[in-house]
Amino acid sequence: MPDTKNIYGIAALFNKPDDIITAASKIADSGYTKWDVNTPYPVHGMDNAMKLKPSKLGFVTLFFGLSGTTIALLLMWYTLSVDYPLVIGGKPFFALPAFIPVTFELTVLLATVSTIVAMFAFFFGLPNNDHPINDTNYIKKVSVDHFGVIIEASDPKFSQTTVEQLLKSLNPVSIEVIYQKEKIRYPIFEKKFIMFLVVVAVIVSAGTYVTLDKLMFLLPFNWMMDQAKIIPQSRTELFQDERGMRAPVEGTVARGFLPYPFKGVDEPPEFLSNPLIPTKQNLELGKKKFLTFCSPCHGNFGDGDSRLRGQFPNPPSLHSERIRNFEDGHIYHVITNGKNVMPSYAAQIDCEERWAIVNYIRVLQRSKNASDKDLKMVSQETGTKDAN
Amino acid sequence: MQTDVYYQKKELPSKLSRLGITLLLIGVVLGIVAFFVDDTRASFNYVISYTFIVSIAVGALFLVSLEYIVGAVWSVPFRRVIELFAGIIPLLLILVIPLLFNMHNIFTWTHEDIIAQDKILQGKTPYLNIPFFAIRVFVIIILWSAFYFVITRNSVRQDSTGDQKLTTINIRLSAIFVIVFAVTISITAFDWLMSIEPHWFSTIFGVYYFAGTVIAALAAATLATVLLNEKGYLHNKINDDHFYSFGALMFVFVNFWGYIAFSQYLLIWYADLPEETSWFLHKWEGSWAIISILMIVIHFLVPYIALLSQPAKMDPKRLKFAAVWLLFAHLFDLFWIVMPEMPGMENGYSFSWIDLVFPIGSVGFIILIFSLKAKKANLIPVGDPKLKRGLDFHL
Repeated sequence: MPDTKNIYGIAALFNKPDDIITAASKIADSGYTKWDVNTPYPVHGMDNAMKLKPSKLGFVTLFFGLSGTTIALLLMWYTLSVDYPLVIGGKPFFALPAFIPVTFELTVLLATVSTIVAMFAFFFGLPNNDHPINDTNYIKKVSVDHFGVIIEASDPKFSQTTVEQLLKSLNPVSIEVIYQKEKIRYPIFEKKFIMFLVVVAVIVSAGTYVTLDKLMFLLPFNWMMDQAKIIPQSRTELFQDERGMRAPVEGTVARGFLPYPFKGVDEPPEFLSNPLIPTKQNLELGKKKFLTFCSPCHGNFGDGDSRLRGQFPNPPSLHSERIRNFEDGHIYHVITNGKNVMPSYAAQIDCEERWAIVNYIRVLQRSKNASDKDLKMVSQETGTKDAN
Repeated sequence: MQTDVYYQKKELPSKLSRLGITLLLIGVVLGIVAFFVDDTRASFNYVISYTFIVSIAVGALFLVSLEYIVGAVWSVPFRRVIELFAGIIPLLLILVIPLLFNMHNIFTWTHEDIIAQDKILQGKTPYLNIPFFAIRVFVIIILWSAFYFVITRNSVRQDSTGDQKLTTINIRLSAIFVIVFAVTISITAFDWLMSIEPHWFSTIFGVYYFAGTVIAALAAATLATVLLNEKGYLHNKINDDHFYSFGALMFVFVNFWGYIAFSQYLLIWYADLPEETSWFLHKWEGSWAIISILMIVIHFLVPYIALLSQPAKMDPKRLKFAAVWLLFAHLFDLFWIVMPEMPGMENGYSFSWIDLVFPIGSVGFIILIFSLKAKKANLIPVGDPKLKRGLDFHL
C-alpha cells in the first residue's frame, strides 16, 4: 500500500527514445543528482545525455583481479617453496612458469565473480523487492513501450512544484507522483518468532547434552578424528624414541618368506633340496609366476628371447647343457640372490612360488629336449599336443 | 550509388608518398650496400622485414574477411583502409625473389654437406628442399593474391553499384579464405621462421605467428584510421565507440599473443626435452637473455597496461601510441625469433647499422604502397549496404 504522505519521486513518461534523450540531457543540465531513466531496452547515447561518470565497477574488477594474482602466487610460493619444498619434475622449488596457469585462473575467477557480486549487490542494490516504483503504472509502462524518467525526492534540489513544472516543460505523455511504500512486516523477522527459535534451540541442545553426557556418559558427538591410538608415520610420546611406527623385532620372519641361509653368497657351499613334488597345481602356479616375473627377459619358453628390445641385456637360454645340469637348489639360489645383471627376486616371489618356478623350468627344459621315451608317452595320449 | 551517406573523396597529401619513396630509397640503396658488406646479416634482416610485411598485408586481408564472416558493422567504414594495406599482397611475389636467391645464407638445410652429416636433416629433406620450398612460397602468395583480387574487386565494384549480392559473394569467399589463411600462415611461419633452425619444432608456432600477424595488421589499421580521421579524410560521424572497438581488439590480441607465447614456452619448459629446449636456451645466451626479457615487457606488459582501461581504448592519442608500439613489438618479436639463429650471433647480440636499414625500407614500402593505392580508391566503402549502420555505431 502506498504511503500517500511520503513522496518517493515524480515520474514522467515519453513515447519516443529521442524524447527521453532530450529530456535526460535537460534534467542533467538543471543540476539534479538523484534521478534515473527507465527504458524497455538500452538506449544508445543515454550515458552521455545523463552526463554519467564512467562506472566504478572496473576498479572492483581490477582490485580483486590483482588480489587473485597475489593470493595465488603467495599461496604457491609458501606451500611449494617454503613450507613443504618438494621436487616436482626436476624443476626448481619456485617454478614460476608452472605457477602461471593457476595464477591466471585465480585472477580471472576472483575478478569475474567479484564483478558480478559487486554489480548485483552494491551497484544494482539487489534484492529490492519493495522498491517504491514496483506495482506502479509507471513501471508497467516503461517495461513495455514507454520511456520514463523519475526525479527522486531525496534530491537536495527537490520541490514538488518545480520538478512538476520542469517535467511538464518537456512535453511528456503523462506525469505520475510515486509514493513511498509502507514497510512490509515479514513474519519470520518478528521478535516473538525469533525468540521462539532461540528457546527451542537452547532446550534441544541442552537436553541432548544432559541426556548423553550426564545421564548416559556418552560423548555428545562421536568425533572419528579423536581416537586413542597412534597414527602411522607420526610422533608419539608413548615410546622413548618418539616413533609412532615400531621397527620389527630382530629376527622377525615375514609370512611366506623363510630366511635363506646363503643370502648374498655368490658360491654357496651347498644348495637346498626341492621340497615341492611337481603336481598339476603347483606347476600352474610356477607357470603363472614364470610368465609374470621371468618371461620379460628369459622369454615365454626360457629361450632367452627378451621382450625388452635391448633395453636390458638378453640372458642366456635356460636350455643349455650347463643349466639343465644345475641342481634345483641352484636355480632357487639364482632366483633368490640374482646373478650377473639379474636382480634378486626374493622380495617379489615367496619361497613356495620360487620352488614352483624351478619345477616349471624343469618342465620347459624337458619339453625342449624330449627323449624318445617322452615322445612316445605324448603320442600315446592322443590329442595332447600342448607343448607345456 | 548510395546517396544516404555523404562522402567527398579527398586526395591524400603528396607528402605521404614522398615520405614513403624517401624511406624506401634509403632502405633499398643501403640494403644493396648491406648485401655487399655482409650478405648473411642482410639476408637475415630481409627475412625479418619480409615476414613483417607479410604480417601486415595478409593480416589485413584476414581482418577484411573476418568482418564479412562475423557480419561486423562497426568496422565497415574502415574496411577500405584495411583493404589498402592488403594491396601489398601481390607485390610479395617481387619482394620474395631476392630472398629465394639468398636462401643459402639463411637456411642450413640448403647446404648439401651439412645434410650429409646430419641424420635428422636427412629425414626432413622430403619437406625441406629448395624446389618444394619455392613451390610452396609461390603457391601461397598466388592463393593470397587471388583472394585479395576477387574480394577487393567486389568491394570496390560495390562503390558504384551498391549491389547487395557482392556482399553475399564476399562472405562466402571470406569463409573459404579464413581456412586457406589458417593453413598458409602456419606454413609461412614454419618455412620462413621455424626452419631457420631446422632441428627445432613447435606445433603451436603457426598460431604464434598468426597472433603477431593480427596484432601487426590491427595496429597498422588503427594507426592509419586514427591519422586519417584526425585530418578529416574519413567521415565526421566516426566516434569514440569505433575507436574503442579498435582498442579492444588490439587488447584482446595482445592477450592472445601472450597466451600463445606462454603456452609454447610452458610446454617446452615442462617437458624439458633437449631437442625442444635448445631454441629457448639459445635465446638465453649472453645479451640475448636481456632481449628475451625485453620481449615480455615490450610485447605484453606495456601494451597490456597501456590498453587496460576503458578511456585508453577510446582516446585517439593513446591509441596512436599503442598502435605504433605494437608495430614495433611485432618487428621486435620477429627480430627475436630470427636473429639469434644467425651464425656468429650465438653468444649475444652485436649491433650493426644493417639492422636498421631493412625496417626503414619496409616501413617506407608500406607507406608508399598505401598512398599509391589510396589515390585511386574511395577511403570509405560508399556502396556498402551496412555503411550507414556502421557510421551510426554506438556501444
